[in-house]
Amino acid sequence: MIRKWLPLIALGLLLSVGVGRGFAQDEKELKPAGSPIAVAPATDAPVSAPADPGGAPTATPPVAAHLAGTYDSGSTSWLLVSAALVFFMMPGLALFYGGMCRAKNVLNMFMCVMVCVPIVCIEWIAYGYNMAFAVPSAIAVDAGKDDKGVDKPKLSYLGWDPGLVFFKSFGETTPVDGPNSFGKTVTSGDTTGAISTGVPELLFAMFQMMFAIITPALIVGAIAERVKFSAWCLFVALWATIVYNPVCHWVWNVNGWLFQKGVLDFAGGTVVHVLAGVSALALILILPKRRGYPGGHFLPHSIGWTLLGAGMLMVGWFGFNAGSAVAVGKDFLPVAGATAVMAFAATAIAGSAASGSWMVAEWLVSGKPTSLGVGSGMVAGLVVITPCAGHVSPGSALLIGLIGGVVCFFAVLAKQKIKYDDSLDVVGVHGVGGALGALLVGIFAVRPVMGGFDQFSLQVQGLLVTGIYAFVCTIVIGTLIHKTIGFTVDEQTEAEGLDLAEHGEAAYRLT
Amino acid sequence: MKKIEAIIRHFKLEDVKEALTKIQVLGMTVTECKGFGRQKGHKEQYRGAEYTVDFLPKTKLEVVVTDGQVQAAIDAIVAGARTGKIGDGKIFVSNLENVIRIRTGESGEGAV
Repeated sequence: MIRKWLPLIALGLLLSVGVGRGFAQDEKELKPAGSPIAVAPATDAPVSAPADPGGAPTATPPVAAHLAGTYDSGSTSWLLVSAALVFFMMPGLALFYGGMCRAKNVLNMFMCVMVCVPIVCIEWIAYGYNMAFAVPSAIAVDAGKDDKGVDKPKLSYLGWDPGLVFFKSFGETTPVDGPNSFGKTVTSGDTTGAISTGVPELLFAMFQMMFAIITPALIVGAIAERVKFSAWCLFVALWATIVYNPVCHWVWNVNGWLFQKGVLDFAGGTVVHVLAGVSALALILILPKRRGYPGGHFLPHSIGWTLLGAGMLMVGWFGFNAGSAVAVGKDFLPVAGATAVMAFAATAIAGSAASGSWMVAEWLVSGKPTSLGVGSGMVAGLVVITPCAGHVSPGSALLIGLIGGVVCFFAVLAKQKIKYDDSLDVVGVHGVGGALGALLVGIFAVRPVMGGFDQFSLQVQGLLVTGIYAFVCTIVIGTLIHKTIGFTVDEQTEAEGLDLAEHGEAAYRLT
Repeated sequence: MKKIEAIIRHFKLEDVKEALTKIQVLGMTVTECKGFGRQKGHKEQYRGAEYTVDFLPKTKLEVVVTDGQVQAAIDAIVAGARTGKIGDGKIFVSNLENVIRIRTGESGEGAV
């Protein structure tokens, strides 16, 4: 019995330590250790959470004046909507996955997706956002000097700002950036150091929280219909901390070492989809297959739900991609919000094109066009365009979508050949699609840099580093959980169905 | 009294019902069911994986008739359900001991 509670107890301990530390620092750290406005980190990345007003231009009057109560209402509104849209992807994903399960496992699938909301939310507030997006760096290395003998910006591997523990500095009564500011103005991901996004950092933190929530949820499709719920909860907490936060920092933080190198990832091709896909692959390799696979009858019980979910995902994806334009100061175009429009268009075009190309590929190869194929193709196209969205032209988005649908279709077919039990094709759609998008952006990018061989090889580097890191960490976490509390359910539970055995509920009844 | 059970194609149910109503068979019970006979199963494909589904969806119709009505009822069901292709279904006729109308307690042919 106690074994069942271990994950919860572990989570509780983790949290109570976190809360304790948060309040302890409250006493000492009156002023949040600072948001050096983006100019700073480019030249002077603080190594250990310094309150260093001298070096950083935070204190210089023009910036301060600029920030005083000048949030951009357009950007802020769109990002508020976008954050809500990304959250809308959670029930979308639950329906998308749930429809593909058998009727006896639907509710478990819903639960595995939705439980990421509380777990990652708490983790994100406690320390996750801090690890990923704090501007002060906890671990940074020198990058040497450039041609003129000036120190290059340090390469950061992990962020840490004591003021961000439990979002302390967002609750400060003393204004941080100006008389009308609530919390700090976002600086993270600001590519040039010259753009203020005009968005309160707390909103940025919430928007990014939605990303952190949905990423682990994507993984569960690979081990659907056999995962033990308690083990899954523990996995989500550990994976979000060990895999997601650091990689998010590398790729998206203004000091992150991959970001500094120039690796492009507009809205999460590597951070979200490659991480989820590669981790799914790792879990498939170390965990047992569903009993009876391959050969047994693992038919989707409600394609309608899956299609409804796919539609909800696409709606949410507009926030996911077009919101990313505003969130992290990626307005490459001279007119405010234009990048968001480009990202929106690319998202709509690629998702639509891929649903068509998957359907045609399936029609030619398997003989019939299926509705599941159209829904899967749409999601595949959205995955592929994610890292490219604001970087490419609409014509390229069309091409990327068409390629994405076909490639992911064949990736899913390949799974049937090698008999991996990737229950709902997370590797084929998110892993392959995310990797494909991360590479294609190196070729098709037109802003802020042109695609080409150099950018492509950078993208390959970024992909390999994040992929290998996620793979190794997931193997370790997964094996640890499987050897201790067990990651999959026993034979009887699996036969009876996870809904009844794990949750004491049934999705459907006749009367 | 006889009980007639007929397994038919689901899209033929309306035709059969009308044919039976015409010969004054005024009550019937219908069940959605699954099974297979000579038609065997069919193939379904999901994301490129092909599955053979043996149990096909069919409709089971049950009517109870007096001995004099049996042949007419069988003819009506055949007329309504027939397409001429494999999978049209089967009709089973069996003797029936008794029928009781719950509301009044009547039994026998008067309760049919």
